[in-house]
This record gives sequence, C-alpha cells and structure tokens, in this order.
Amino acid sequence: MVTLRDAVVLVGGFPLLSGLNLELEAGTLSVVTGANGAGKTSLLRLIGGLVGLTSGSGRVSDIDLATGDLRELRRRVGWLGHEGSFYDDLSANENLAFAAKALARPTNEIAGVLDRVGLTSRASMPAKLLSAGQRRRLGLAWILLRRPALWLLDEPYASLDDEGRTFFDQLVGDVVESGATVLVSAHDPLRSSTLHPRTLTLAGGLVVGDRS
Amino acid sequence: MIRTALLVAGKDLRIERRSRVLLWQVLPFGVMGLVLSGLALGPTHAGHSSAGPGLFYLVMLLVTLLMINRSRVIEGSVGTRTSVATLGLDPAGVFLGKALALAVELWVTGAVLLAGAVLVLHTALVGTLQALPSVVVILAALAAAGTLYGALSGGGQGPATLLPVLSLPAFAPLLIAGERSFSASLHGGGLWQWWVISIVALAAYLAVGILLYGVLEDS
Repeated sequence: MVTLRDAVVLVGGFPLLSGLNLELEAGTLSVVTGANGAGKTSLLRLIGGLVGLTSGSGRVSDIDLATGDLRELRRRVGWLGHEGSFYDDLSANENLAFAAKALARPTNEIAGVLDRVGLTSRASMPAKLLSAGQRRRLGLAWILLRRPALWLLDEPYASLDDEGRTFFDQLVGDVVESGATVLVSAHDPLRSSTLHPRTLTLAGGLVVGDRS
Repeated sequence: MIRTALLVAGKDLRIERRSRVLLWQVLPFGVMGLVLSGLALGPTHAGHSSAGPGLFYLVMLLVTLLMINRSRVIEGSVGTRTSVATLGLDPAGVFLGKALALAVELWVTGAVLLAGAVLVLHTALVGTLQALPSVVVILAALAAAGTLYGALSGGGQGPATLLPVLSLPAFAPLLIAGERSFSASLHGGGLWQWWVISIVALAAYLAVGILLYGVLEDS
C-alpha cells in the first residue's frame, strides 16, 4: 500500500523528512510515535499527497509520489487532523453532505454514518458547538462516509476521554479488519488492549525504531 | 467544474447566511462609510452627485477587501484545508464557486449601497438604475480578481495586510471603469469603452483564476 525509499521533504529549506524508508502492507494498523517535530505529521501528509516529495521515491496506492496525480491520491485517503477538520458554521449533517456531494456519493448514507459515530442527536448542531470529542467523532464520520482504503489519523487520541478512546479503538479495529490500511500518529505508543499495531518511532525525520 | 463551482458557492453562501457576518458587520460598515463620505463632502456638495460614483466604488473597494478576507477565513484552519484537499475538488471549480459566492455577496452589498448613494449622496435615481448593469459586471470582476488575489496572498494562512497591497493595482482599472461608467449613466457621455474594459477584465480574471487557482492553493 505504501512504499517510501530515501524520502526527503523540504519546506522552506528545512528538512521535515530526511531520507525516510518505510513499507506498509494493505490491511494493517501502524502507529508512528516520536517527539514534537520528529516528522510524524509530515510523514502522514507525504503519504496523503498533501506535501510534495523533494527527493527519493515513493508509491502510495499505486500512485507515484514524484510523478503521479496527487489530487487523485488525496481522493483515496481519509484524513483526521488534530484540529477541526470541517466548517465550523455548518452542522454535522451539512458538513457530511458537502463531503458526500464533492465525492459524488449518495447523501442517504449520512444518517447511518452519524449513527455509527454516535452523533445522531447532534446532527443539526453547528460544528463549532460540538465538544472536542464530538468533533473527533465528526472527523471520523467524514472519513467513514468516504470509505477510503488508507486512513491517516493525526493525533486522534488528543482530547478523547476513556469512552472516546474505547469507541475509537473499536472503530479502527473494524476498519482494519475490513481491509483498510490505517496509519496513526501519536506522541506515545498505543496503550490499547484491543489493538496490536506495528509501532514506528521517528526522530529527526527518520524511522529510528520499528516494533511489531 | 460547474458542479464543483455550484457546490462550493452554495457552501460559502450557506456559511455566510448562518454566520450573518455580511448582514451585521459588512453591510453596516459599508453604510457608515457612505454616510461619512457624504458628511465629509460637506453641505456645499449636498445635491451634487458628481462625487457619488467615486465614493460608491471607494466604499465598495473597502467592502470587497473585507469580504475577500472573510472568504479566506472560512477555509482558513489547517485542518479544514487539509480535509477539503483530500476531497480532491477541481481547483477551477473551487475558484469559480468562491468567486460566484463573493460576487453574490458584493451584489447584495452593492444594491444596498446604491440605494444609500441615492439617499445620502443624492445621485439621480434614473441614472443610478441605468448604472446597475455596469455595477453588476464590475462587482463580478472584483469578485473574480479578489478570489484570485486572496489565494495569491496566502489563502487563510497569509497575513491579511498583504491582500490590499497586492490587489489594489489589479482593482484600479476596474474601479476607474466602474466610476466612469456610473458617471456616464448619471451625466451622459460615452459608455461603450468602459463596458469593453469591464467585460475584458472579468473574462481575463476568470480565465487566469481557472488556470492558476490550483497552483496557488497548492503552493
């Protein structure tokens, strides 16, 4: 699903990734850990086609990161950022309808997706009024609606309570079981009792640890 | 492209309707600008509408800059921009949609300020109504240019102060053409050359935006 060879990403002359090598199999769960500035988010953005490859090579979902259509790649990934990932003045329903229409997906799936993430009762509420945990759930609903083959989740556990973490673990477990590839960034290794991911440690834009 | 444009325009207008920034912040600002302009002219100019077209477009310029910034801010957070980027929307459609939404907002504001110009600056009602078509075209061109320069000045991430500096040279011919055609509607005179400038500028900004918006957004 993901292959990176000596991947370098420079932004403003500063190396965010400095010759990183990585291989991710389809249908697996991996967690990238590391200190602030280690390159976790940059790695996710590179894999999602959101930042260009400066040198080295890489393929994600059969699309070459150097020469391929990055817009097509972006359509194939689901992204959950560590801040709001949608329009604050629109309701949960309207945000999902916008995403569904943009992707030419039927809007009648929205109710089921909102139910899955437990936001049915908040469907008409503007996103800015949702709590941090509910906003995370809305972000997950946005991805669920899209059913991507590759999930990129940037610090998804931030602001989640125990119930939210359990819900998140169950959802990710189901998604991986259905064949999707999930890459999660986190400050610390996962302390989940149900998920057993491969854990990659990043430092200075390089993979310095790899534990299955 | 058209489907994306309508989707983005609908979303922007829905956000604007929901937030009521146009209604409670931008429109009052524009009306106050027009009233203060009338006061600045003083009582000796009351009843003289010669300054009306220029003052109308000066206030519209300020309103346009506010609305462009607003259009950038709603896409501004990194998380939102990233999520929307993963939708893989056609950038030409996004440009057209944002320009269309901005144009609709400017048309609404323009209509209110034209009524204000009749009341406060004493521009002749018939001449003001005759100027409507040229105002519509000029405001559409301002919306297209503003959307393009909004992206050029860094989208939601760039400093807001960069936008006026970058965009004023591009807006200047539009404002001059608008003022001249409005004046010609009020006082008589040649109109066609200002129409040509307005329509060519609108077409040019639309074409450049359709071609370059994606590059500007990605950079």
